[in-house]
Amino acid sequence: MNGVPAVRLAQVSRHFGAVKAVDAVSLDVADGEFFSMLGPSGSGKTTCLRLIAGFERPTTGQILLHGRDVSATPPYDRDVNTVFQDYALFPHMTVGENIAYGLMIRKVPKREREQRVGEMLTLVRLPDIEGRKPAQLSGGQRQRVALARALINRPSLLLLDEPLGALDLKLRQQMQVELKTIQKQVGITFIFVTHDQEEALTMSDRIAVFNLGRIEQVGTPADVYERPTTAFVAGFVGTSNMLAPSAARPIAGHDAPLSIRPEKIRIVDADAPIPPDCQGAVGVVRDVMYLGMYTRYLVTLDTDRTVDLAVVQQNLDTSSADVQRVKGQRVGLIWRRDDARILRTDLDRSGVP
Amino acid sequence: MSAVGTLTPETARPSDGLLRRIGTVFYRRPVLALIALLLPTLLWIGVIYLGSLSALLVQSFFYLDGFSGRVIREFTLRTYGELLLQQNIDIFVRTIGMAAAVTFVSGLLAFPLAYYMARFASERMRALLYLGVMVPLWSSYLVRIYAWKLILAQEGIVVWLANLLGLQGALDWLLALPGIGGPSLSFSYIGVFVVFVYIWMPYMILPIHAALERVPRSVIEASADLGGRPGYTFRRVILPLAFPGVVAGSIFTFSLTLGDYIIPGVFGNSSYFIGQAVFVQQGTAGNIPLAAALTVVPVVVMGVYLLFARRLGAFDAI
Repeated sequence: MNGVPAVRLAQVSRHFGAVKAVDAVSLDVADGEFFSMLGPSGSGKTTCLRLIAGFERPTTGQILLHGRDVSATPPYDRDVNTVFQDYALFPHMTVGENIAYGLMIRKVPKREREQRVGEMLTLVRLPDIEGRKPAQLSGGQRQRVALARALINRPSLLLLDEPLGALDLKLRQQMQVELKTIQKQVGITFIFVTHDQEEALTMSDRIAVFNLGRIEQVGTPADVYERPTTAFVAGFVGTSNMLAPSAARPIAGHDAPLSIRPEKIRIVDADAPIPPDCQGAVGVVRDVMYLGMYTRYLVTLDTDRTVDLAVVQQNLDTSSADVQRVKGQRVGLIWRRDDARILRTDLDRSGVP
Repeated sequence: MSAVGTLTPETARPSDGLLRRIGTVFYRRPVLALIALLLPTLLWIGVIYLGSLSALLVQSFFYLDGFSGRVIREFTLRTYGELLLQQNIDIFVRTIGMAAAVTFVSGLLAFPLAYYMARFASERMRALLYLGVMVPLWSSYLVRIYAWKLILAQEGIVVWLANLLGLQGALDWLLALPGIGGPSLSFSYIGVFVVFVYIWMPYMILPIHAALERVPRSVIEASADLGGRPGYTFRRVILPLAFPGVVAGSIFTFSLTLGDYIIPGVFGNSSYFIGQAVFVQQGTAGNIPLAAALTVVPVVVMGVYLLFARRLGAFDAI
């Protein structure tokens, strides 16, 4: 990151009565970044987006856009545009009028307006629907029109509030790729709100994981997935084995909670030696689930019979019958020391999700 | 119990009565159910309502023989010709002008309240305002009119307040205005106008409120987001989307004012409104054909009004 950040939140809070929807959040988003805010519903990510757009005003704290304090600036004076979750197209206007709305306000001459609407429709790959009303469009088409309507103003920052949530899986995956391509093409900073961890991992340069009005972790998709710092992040982004301090002690030799991703664990013989850069445990396979691409094992640890470790192995040359044979056997589990992440406890207000 | 009864216990069920059998018939033939549901309404609208309306229309093509005082049942346009007399034209202009003024001012006053109720009021506040709008409708129309008679009277609270505030001059000036003035507020078109606006206001507030409630918050936010200042957003987004509600409300206030004969009678002077003219013609004058023809006027005016509203796109969003 260099230069002035596109967005800076400095200790921003937004309270609704007793509810702290956003609680002392600080954040920098770099210019040109594809930044995602990830979290479950009610985690404060959408309120955060609305604060940046100007639909909400912070209870305390400052919001800076390109270094300028906009905490008291209304939305119509911010160089920011939004793609709404429900698209919020104007139902009484045609697609062309919807897209040209921002240009009409800026009194852009008719010829330039028409030309730019045409460009936008090409960008979002929707030619020839200019004269239609929003009610005549499919969900995917409305989503693209909403995107075109926001992008035509060439904002310095585009906010997207779960824009793919209403689309079916196939269309969603296609739009993920397209959004990313469009972002590269126009070179605008995107802030993308989603509750879908896979979506966030696929599209983002960086991700902020929200929980209970706060940011638990900010980092690249690999950071957040491979090196989760809190139990919430480890559990919300992908799945993970969470070991309480008591269960971690005999294995790792320290009193801190651990997170180990199921696919980082290898199954070996019960008496196999543990390499120096690894940790290991021994247990009995309690359950085996064949899932086609991979198999999921639940192993009850010898050191603590209340703990099952989930292990995922790719099915390289096994068959569904082979994997079942392991059930009830005593096996060894090993993983690299680096893959056993020590979790922070100071932020941990919600426990393991 | 017979052997058959024990073999088929279904027949013994108490619910297997007439109602159940009727239910089965309706289930098998939904058209019958539809007819059963609609028949009373259709009879009401078709026979009683449309029937009397067409009887009225037929009456308007007869005429009253001035000498014998009898209605001559022959087809003629003579009665419609009478509508064109200057005194009747004056009645139409007076009534339509009043209806237009009442509608316009009702809309102007109703919109902010409806907007506040739909967008900003808390749940509790909205319920209170709703009650405030509705409660007057539950009490007698005549009681409310005579209450206003007292409020606007020379000894009433309005004059008292005007005196207190030293606005006597303004009140006198208002009452001295030609055309709308009069001896006192309770005997002037100003009074008629004030009471009309009061009486019909709920019919304007409720449809506008309903229309504004259907405008999604995100659409208004989207306009602001794209750079639209509040005034621009109001003109380009909120008003067009609420327009069907405004038109619905205006249809109420306009047509109700066109047809009313009590308020102008209580507050007005000796110049008639359409309603009063109808009342007098069918009553004391015994001129049913002319009363019928006079009644056709508001119907035609409303027809033209609706066509005009449709031209403005009032029903596009419905």
